[in-house]
Amino acid sequence: MSVIEVEDFSFKYEGSDFWAVKNINFKLEEGELVLITGPSGCGKSTLCRAFNGLIPHFYSGEYRGSVRVLGHEVKETPTYELARFVSMVFQNPENQLFASTVEREIAFGLENLGLSRDEIRERLEEVLEIIGIRDLRKRAPFELSGGQQQKVAIASVIAMRPKILIMDEPTANLDPVSALEVFQLLLKLRRELSMTIIVVEHRLELISSFVDRIIVMNSGQIVLDGSPRQILVLPEVQRIGIGVPKIVLLCKRLREKGVNIPSLPLTPEEFAEEVNRYRTRQSY
Amino acid sequence: MNGVNLSVRSGEKIAIMGENGAGKTTLIKHINGLLKPTRGEVKVLGYDTKKTPVSLLARHVGLVLQNPDHQLFAETVEEEIAFALRNFGYPDDIVKKRVEWALNVMDLARYRRTSPFLLSGGERKRVAIASILSYDPEIVIFDEPTTGQDYLQKQKIAQILNLLSLQGKTIIVVTHDIEFAAENFERIVVLSRGTIVADGRPEDVFSDIDAIRKARLLPPQITACAIELQKHYPQINVKTISVDGLCQQILKLVNPFLSS
Repeated sequence: MSVIEVEDFSFKYEGSDFWAVKNINFKLEEGELVLITGPSGCGKSTLCRAFNGLIPHFYSGEYRGSVRVLGHEVKETPTYELARFVSMVFQNPENQLFASTVEREIAFGLENLGLSRDEIRERLEEVLEIIGIRDLRKRAPFELSGGQQQKVAIASVIAMRPKILIMDEPTANLDPVSALEVFQLLLKLRRELSMTIIVVEHRLELISSFVDRIIVMNSGQIVLDGSPRQILVLPEVQRIGIGVPKIVLLCKRLREKGVNIPSLPLTPEEFAEEVNRYRTRQSY
Repeated sequence: MNGVNLSVRSGEKIAIMGENGAGKTTLIKHINGLLKPTRGEVKVLGYDTKKTPVSLLARHVGLVLQNPDHQLFAETVEEEIAFALRNFGYPDDIVKKRVEWALNVMDLARYRRTSPFLLSGGERKRVAIASILSYDPEIVIFDEPTTGQDYLQKQKIAQILNLLSLQGKTIIVVTHDIEFAAENFERIVVLSRGTIVADGRPEDVFSDIDAIRKARLLPPQITACAIELQKHYPQINVKTISVDGLCQQILKLVNPFLSS
């Protein structure tokens, strides 16, 4: 079943003289983990805002076409209604943190859902554990480091167990190991709660091996859409100005030099395996 | 911070890396005097930061904050960039010239009359950088300049760092972006839990697995590939960070008779 269906969607912000996104068509199936990437200002964030109703309910402008989320036409559904199944983690966690302790921050959304105290307590413990921020529970979000704040923001959203999770550069402020942990967490959320997850990211070297699908946007349009292995080797990707992971560049270089590595590796471990396989084949 | 000893030479370009909460931002706030050491001392261009007013240090040390929203406040991008210059008392014609230069360098000319708050995260970051570059400080510190920046913008920031470096400025960059650090710096300082755990050339620091692990970093992808390969082929040098460097070694591996 498609959880998100976008048909001929275009949007122009009020007071702006260009279409932030235009003629967008795509579908997202339940349980998909998809990366949306593209140069600054390509329309990624605009598209994400159209999924949770910030567009057109908060940001006004000229709206064309249709965006349906779990069958609900977004432009006709109030944001509080959409908030029950679409959650968003922003680039800048400070924009969403406000409570006096991490615990209260996480509990706030759950209280709003009208859950029982026991249920709230259970989910609180669960996300503190999953995200690894047990030691921060009594701290004030505003006194934490940028990375710690981002973890709190993610925890407060995940605790609500949305069907669809949208993350706009969720790891921008995280150290690399924390970023990998977040991506591993996404796999777990998908597996255990069958969440559909959309991630907007520039750091492809960290995320590529985690996603099923990469959607590349440029100038407000979707220009490429496919699996990481299909997309990353395309010359267009570099031409648009997307940072291709070094492993991909290395494989391309090796192929040019006659060392044909058949399957594109996305992690250093996969890369070493591919080189081994090549060597083994060589010795026959 | 606990027992930190660090000396940065004039004209050096260094990257400071480390886990979330390692103390990177705390360290750089000691350099422009926003924070004063409770023990030990910090000297910047010979000035003891404990005895020097922040207003004096500010002219010499430009700090581009991690979150541009902590720094931006003006109604237009142009005004934002002009603010510090006016504050330092530059005449109008110089202010105008410097603002033009900064707008162009940071690719912001088309937004000159736009409110910084209508711009995207990446664009606001560029406005923050422009507003510091405009008054030409000798030491420029960037806290996470590449977050939210796409590849081309990162290349642009790398070029700006190079340009500033060529002008003889001292550049200190806090970053989590390993590939960016590996490509653009000759010296990497790794902080973990308030102390320095590694300090040296990128190829040495990034292949120092213990320090990298402690600071929750990862080696750059090429170094990581070299480390994986070396488990099978001892002749692979783990201190490799460039695509070319590893490509050459693999070619030799698969074809030992290759001369180059």
